[in-house]
Amino acid sequence: MTDIPRPTFSQRLNDSDLWLSFKATPVAMVAACVTVFIFLLALFAPLISPQNAFDPAALNLMDGFTHPMERGIGSNMLFALGSDAQGRDMLSALFYGTRVSLLVGFCSVAFSMTLGISLGLIAGYVGGRTELIIMRIADIQLSFPAILIALLVFGVARGLIPPNQHETTALFVIIFAIGLSHWAQYARTVRASAMVERNKDYVHAARLIGIRGLPIMAKHILPNVMGPVLVISTINLALAVIEEATLSFFGVGMPVTQPSLGTLIRFGQQFLVSGEWWILFFPALTIVILGLAINLLGDWLRDAMNPKLR
Amino acid sequence: MLGYLIRSVLQALMVMLAVAFIAFSMFRYVGDPVASIVGQDATLKDRQELADSLGLNDPMLLQFGRFIGNAAQGDFGISYRQGRPVAALLRERLPATIELAVISGAIALIFGLGLGIYTALRREGIAANIVMSLSLIGVSLPTFLIGIGLIYIFGVTLRWLPTFGRGETVAFGWWTTGLLTESGRKSLVLPVITLAFFQLTLIMRLVRSEMLEVMRADYIRFARARGLTDGSINFRHALKNTMIPVVTITGLQLGSIVAFALVTETVFNWPGLGALFVKSVEVVDIPVMGAYLMFVGMIFVIVNLIVDMLYFLIDPRLRTGAKSQGR
Repeated sequence: MTDIPRPTFSQRLNDSDLWLSFKATPVAMVAACVTVFIFLLALFAPLISPQNAFDPAALNLMDGFTHPMERGIGSNMLFALGSDAQGRDMLSALFYGTRVSLLVGFCSVAFSMTLGISLGLIAGYVGGRTELIIMRIADIQLSFPAILIALLVFGVARGLIPPNQHETTALFVIIFAIGLSHWAQYARTVRASAMVERNKDYVHAARLIGIRGLPIMAKHILPNVMGPVLVISTINLALAVIEEATLSFFGVGMPVTQPSLGTLIRFGQQFLVSGEWWILFFPALTIVILGLAINLLGDWLRDAMNPKLR
Repeated sequence: MLGYLIRSVLQALMVMLAVAFIAFSMFRYVGDPVASIVGQDATLKDRQELADSLGLNDPMLLQFGRFIGNAAQGDFGISYRQGRPVAALLRERLPATIELAVISGAIALIFGLGLGIYTALRREGIAANIVMSLSLIGVSLPTFLIGIGLIYIFGVTLRWLPTFGRGETVAFGWWTTGLLTESGRKSLVLPVITLAFFQLTLIMRLVRSEMLEVMRADYIRFARARGLTDGSINFRHALKNTMIPVVTITGLQLGSIVAFALVTETVFNWPGLGALFVKSVEVVDIPVMGAYLMFVGMIFVIVNLIVDMLYFLIDPRLRTGAKSQGR
């Protein structure tokens, strides 16, 4: 038997259907560029921001309500997107806010993905009563709106955590709340795929040579159900970012000391009536662009991975 | 048919019981019910007596049973923050939410169906394409931003419409309505548009894609070959067969109307249940949270039951199938 050389990563990428479809879809390419650009801004926020938006000492009150593209009275600094009531540079606040929003988005997606995949695999592979209970819970949860569940989890967590720790734990509580409101979709999808994979020959073969349930689930079935999971995760990332913004807008999300995009919008809403539109406008625009780009990317991914549409 | 009905009702009861259990555990185990009633000065003996009189030392199942019994009679305890019975708070705010939800639900359904059919039949038309692109924005824009945008345009800039509250209301017994006064009707406009927009785009896209699918079916081609008029084909043959998924999703949408009512009510300061719930989460008012959860659960269960029943009216295949099983 001759050895076939293993293709390198770039070769495999170049030959893959996904890459071909990506190159042929301008909408997907634009959406991907926009998404990556926003991710980079968020990642390097501390390096590229003119000001540390989380540090109250860096602000000059005299700069308050500077219009976009004007210099502040206090510090003579150029405020490209204007400043808020405390003289905080909106451009810096935007970078930092996007960072917080995306951090919450990614962590909550990772959390719901882990939980949903585990429960879905167990339900699909083990079956019987376990499956019935897990899927029933998923059914009930799916029929309730995600934002309602996140609010409920948030409220209960608030009740369990002593009040003086609310601010420091807010980030974790919100990740937990959003993550817990999205797991059911993963569980359903993974279970459906796992039930199909369970009866295939390679799983029977693995079981015959004495591999136990857990390694079969993790090493053999899991890689084969990852496609749909990836599609759900992409769309869920957009949902999670918007959900976080909504929660923060309600005043039950990130505190003012660590503002996310939603907190900035909540903050900016009170100045809208008096004419300081830029405090609300730029965070809102960022959310819309980010949401639209990730959604379009998710839509493309779903179509590209659907063999029926090829 | 009867067996199917009984099974649906039993399932609904199970769901309701599960929701009630969650509400009960929240009420019983999050925070300390005794401390939130008597405050910090009470002696240990006072607390013990109160705990006894509230039955907090009884077996868990007995407490749960009592909780359900009370809830069935409309008693959800007393709000920690406002010191008033939760049931009274809910009743006060129920009319505002129902009015908002029903009106925007009806608008979403009528316009969603109409635009969905239109965009499916005139697939290449310019107007249809504009509507479709607009609906994409509707799907990806967060509801609260739509609300803020409307407030800015129609409330702040043009000053045409009020941006918060219900305006003047007229009371009939415990029910209040804003439909009979001019300020009440004006106040409804912006919240209704905000709430209806997302549902409308969703229903529209669903009707369109279902309709397109059905139009490709063989029986439509046959109907055309038989020389039936376009109107007859579109509405008597195609539309009827798109109705089943539309009814399912629309029914389930009622749940999300409740969710988006949360957002809409908060943005517009609408004195409804959703705003009450958001406030109660903010200040950790557990009895209000639990009662709201039970209320939403009940609405969801009832809607699901109605959707199940509607299948039978719409789809004759199900009716005959059920009969042959019955024999």
